[in-house]
Amino acid sequence: MIPRMRTPHQGIALQVRNLRKAYQDVVAVDGLDLEVHSGECFGLLGPNGAGKTTTVEICEGLNTPDSGEVLVLGRGWGHQDRELRQRLGISLQETQFSEKLTVDETVQLFRSFYDRGPSPAEVIAMVQLQENPQSRRQLWELIERFKADGRSILLTTHYMDEAERLCDRVAIVDHGRMIALGTPQALIARLEAEHVVEFALAEPSAIDETLLRAIDGVCAAERRNGTYRLQVSELHRAMPSLLAELRRQGAQLAELRTHSATLEDVFVSLTGRHLRDE
Amino acid sequence: MSEPGRRWTGHPLVQLTRVRYREFFREPEAVFWVFIFPVLLAAGLGIAFRNRAADRTVVAVVTTGQAAPLADALRRADGLDVSLLTDSAASEALRIGNVAMVVVPSASGQLEYRYDDSRPESRTARLVVDDVLQRASGRRNPLAVRDQLVRERGARYIDFLVPGLLGMNLMGSGIWGLGFAIVDARKKRLLKRLIATPMSRSQYLASFVLSRLTLLVIEVTLLLGFGVLVFGIPLRGSLPLLATICLVSSLAFASLGLLIASRAQTMEGASGLMNLVMLPMWIFSGVFFSASRFPEQIQPFIQALPLTAVIDALRANILRGAGWHMVTGELAIILAWMVGSFVLALKLFRWR
Repeated sequence: MIPRMRTPHQGIALQVRNLRKAYQDVVAVDGLDLEVHSGECFGLLGPNGAGKTTTVEICEGLNTPDSGEVLVLGRGWGHQDRELRQRLGISLQETQFSEKLTVDETVQLFRSFYDRGPSPAEVIAMVQLQENPQSRRQLWELIERFKADGRSILLTTHYMDEAERLCDRVAIVDHGRMIALGTPQALIARLEAEHVVEFALAEPSAIDETLLRAIDGVCAAERRNGTYRLQVSELHRAMPSLLAELRRQGAQLAELRTHSATLEDVFVSLTGRHLRDE
Repeated sequence: MSEPGRRWTGHPLVQLTRVRYREFFREPEAVFWVFIFPVLLAAGLGIAFRNRAADRTVVAVVTTGQAAPLADALRRADGLDVSLLTDSAASEALRIGNVAMVVVPSASGQLEYRYDDSRPESRTARLVVDDVLQRASGRRNPLAVRDQLVRERGARYIDFLVPGLLGMNLMGSGIWGLGFAIVDARKKRLLKRLIATPMSRSQYLASFVLSRLTLLVIEVTLLLGFGVLVFGIPLRGSLPLLATICLVSSLAFASLGLLIASRAQTMEGASGLMNLVMLPMWIFSGVFFSASRFPEQIQPFIQALPLTAVIDALRANILRGAGWHMVTGELAIILAWMVGSFVLALKLFRWR
């Protein structure tokens, strides 16, 4: 029998305080604080190398921090870890199971390690979403079921659309530090622009960004690698003005795209980089 | 700790051990190398080096001078085959080993024996030929002698070989069996996945020991059974002692395999390490010929190798019927390797 856990941090499934971890040549996690509430799906987002994997592996007890505190379901790693593992569901990024075993045999093996199903409030799942689109889809369904059961979930991914769809709250990390925290809707609302317009001009046309910023309804404008990127609050007003301005400057459009603002745009506005630039 | 109603097959140790069997028996190559290959090797070498009592020695006589009467005299002797060859053909036959020696008569009547004194069969041929020819020329033996032939099981090459092959097989299956499985699991990140579950790490290692022990019984029974039934190898020692030697040997090599696999991240790295560890033992530990043939100076090194101790103990038990007190030295060496490797492996082992 597993003693029923009385956690001093009622309502908090995972708590991370001032976590630090450095490898020989790089600081992977640089003073990170996180809190995953019970029954919440929490997304840890960031580009490759942001420290997500290191953070999650420390939370999973598979890696040790240089300093800082990790409490999973109210307890730390290092003693009676096997009891804690009874309450921890983990999906690693890259595991190959034995090709000589059937799926059923593999499931039987893993099932034999677990004593019984604890109640949903007593478990936390830590999921690293994968590159493979099909397995990601399947994990989505699993995560939706977990959420419906009221289990706590920590999710890492660099696919922002996924996080937006699945997560109650997200933290965006970059270079081992948290740069934003909140619900996906709140973070997007912070942009004060629900739309993003991206366009490119036919060579050799060019237009000054200050002219673009002056357009009614445009909150921000920047130019990177020949692509102009505008954050727009009212698309229906900004669009005609933009086209008129381009015509006045004699600029020829080569490409024009528009989409509703996403977490990806939040990341870009915070760091000036795209998530998968690397 | 299991639920009261849980069937024993649901116990993690049972599940882990079954996985070991499945992975082994679903790999036909592994089954071949562990079970079939040693038997084939014993059969092949046993036939190639079968009892040589009836073998004949081939000598050449060069067709000069009084070749014909010499050849006739030699043909009358037991166990000699004689060819009459030209000088150059005889030299060629000697060079490639088709004849053991060449007799060259000369016009003066003096004989020349041409042979390689580093070849045992050539030295024997020289003694036999000389004896036959001297007696044919009228020599009388001053001493009366009588031959009594003793042909005993246990003194043939196959008797010597089978315990050697058994030792070699125990080494190979222990080191490969454990080493490859663990490095493969580490490479696939499966080890990391396993330790993320509540699985007991000692049960994971214990599953290797348990599966090893079962496979060991099959492995030993097949090879020794083949030796006994087909070649009539004697099993002179006590069977409990034989079982004990096989058991501790297998565990010692499994520990060595664990040690080799404790850090290796790739199959290539692990294979290299395994060959590095096993190659000296294949050469020095007396699998195919006696380890005592190596120079005195390196004997302490050879005697300290685990496979030398294993094979010495097996030969003492199987061929000479040695009791427990006569193999304590070997058992001590094997146990030392087992404990030393295991402790070091646990210290070094990386699950990631």
